[in-house]
Amino acid sequence: MKNKSLVSINDFSREEHIRILELAGAFEKNPKQRILEDYVVATLFFEPSTRTRLSFESAATRLGAKVIGFTDSSSSSVQKGESLRDTILTVSNYCDIIVMRHPKEGSSRFASEVATVPVINAGDGANQHPTQTLLDMYSIRKTQGSLDNLNIAFVGDLKYGRTVHSLVHALCNYNTTFHFVSPLELKLPSAVKMDIKERNLVYHQSTDLLEVIEKVDILYMTRIQKERFSDPLDYEKVKNAYVLHNSMLDFAKPNLKILHPLPRVNEITTDVDNNPKAYYFTQALNGVYVRQALLASILGVVD
Amino acid sequence: MEKEDLRKELKVSAIENGTVIDHIPSKSVFQVIKILNLTEYQNQLLIATNLDSQKMGKKGIIKVSNKFFKSDEINKIALVAPTATLIIIKNFEVIEKKKVEVPDYAENIVKCFNPNCITNNEEIVTKFTVIDKKELKLRCHYCEKITARNNIAFR
Ligand SMILES: [Zn+2]
Repeated sequence: MKNKSLVSINDFSREEHIRILELAGAFEKNPKQRILEDYVVATLFFEPSTRTRLSFESAATRLGAKVIGFTDSSSSSVQKGESLRDTILTVSNYCDIIVMRHPKEGSSRFASEVATVPVINAGDGANQHPTQTLLDMYSIRKTQGSLDNLNIAFVGDLKYGRTVHSLVHALCNYNTTFHFVSPLELKLPSAVKMDIKERNLVYHQSTDLLEVIEKVDILYMTRIQKERFSDPLDYEKVKNAYVLHNSMLDFAKPNLKILHPLPRVNEITTDVDNNPKAYYFTQALNGVYVRQALLASILGVVD
Repeated sequence: MEKEDLRKELKVSAIENGTVIDHIPSKSVFQVIKILNLTEYQNQLLIATNLDSQKMGKKGIIKVSNKFFKSDEINKIALVAPTATLIIIKNFEVIEKKKVEVPDYAENIVKCFNPNCITNNEEIVTKFTVIDKKELKLRCHYCEKITARNNIAFR
């Protein structure tokens, strides 16, 4: 994976995904290794995303790398009308790897073609966010022992949620049985369902969260945003139907874990947080190990 | 017009050697010229549009003297002119007739329909993979969204 950019989850093969997850496991056991002391990591955040940026900067810093960059393009030359091409070409001179987040879809692919150093996509508009997908895979594999043959439920906004689409794609490699729970307005797009069918995998669709909980190994919750509904009344009708309460977990399988890409608003009530099945904060921590694994393997300091 | 004059007229517009691109939708004639880089063409070039056509209502036709296109070059026009037919002429004789075929890739011809795509916000050569030739569906190399026949636009 040395010098390889990671723009889309499909840029890495199934074997490369597994290698990253294994390396992430090694960093979890021993997170402070100063193996990147001679390296400079640039974090270019053309739109703010504190959570993702801090996770990357924590990963880089724990490996001893220097971090440069900007957190918001309004204070940089981008505001003065500099093209993305020029920004990337310039920054390439100052660093060994670029981590970038940008509001336009395809910006990261373009940057990876222009840059003279590898690029890691930390989110390009509604398109891709591959490090989120990898940390989700890591969390599933770690809690279930394997990625194979699991029952996984996705709940909430399945229409616009890029994290959901990307993770579904990746899980199609592992004989997953999918359960999609959403209001009718926010059903999974048919293109994503086509991918599942092409792999001859099984999926179920439902509007009822409770009936799905007892069947699954992973419950992947997402936020339903009011702006997604053309009629605010439609939102009012469904907003409480996709909220997870602790009492709903009574009949869940013992190995069930609850994931959420965060930030959470109210779709998981706080009484769930103390349930051992709640995994979303640990999931966020896993992001640091996965990003350590990516930085180290793309910079070529581990194989 | 007298019959003799008509014949002369046709003779003037016939080409000795080259390619006739017929059955171009009238609205696409100038796009075809642009795609094939004919604006700077130095040899004889005949362009007609809004001609009556039994099949198409109105059509355009372009005759390019002394030019024989490679298939990957000419097939680019299939995106704007899927009905186009090609007639290869040598010594005033028709040597070959064929239809254009939708290509596997399209570079800098199509505009991505996604307004939030980086190619609509920076000066970037667009690149698409044609994933469905029949229904005409193209996947943007950058934003990965699908531009389809009903929302296709050209640069
Ligand atoms: Zn695009």
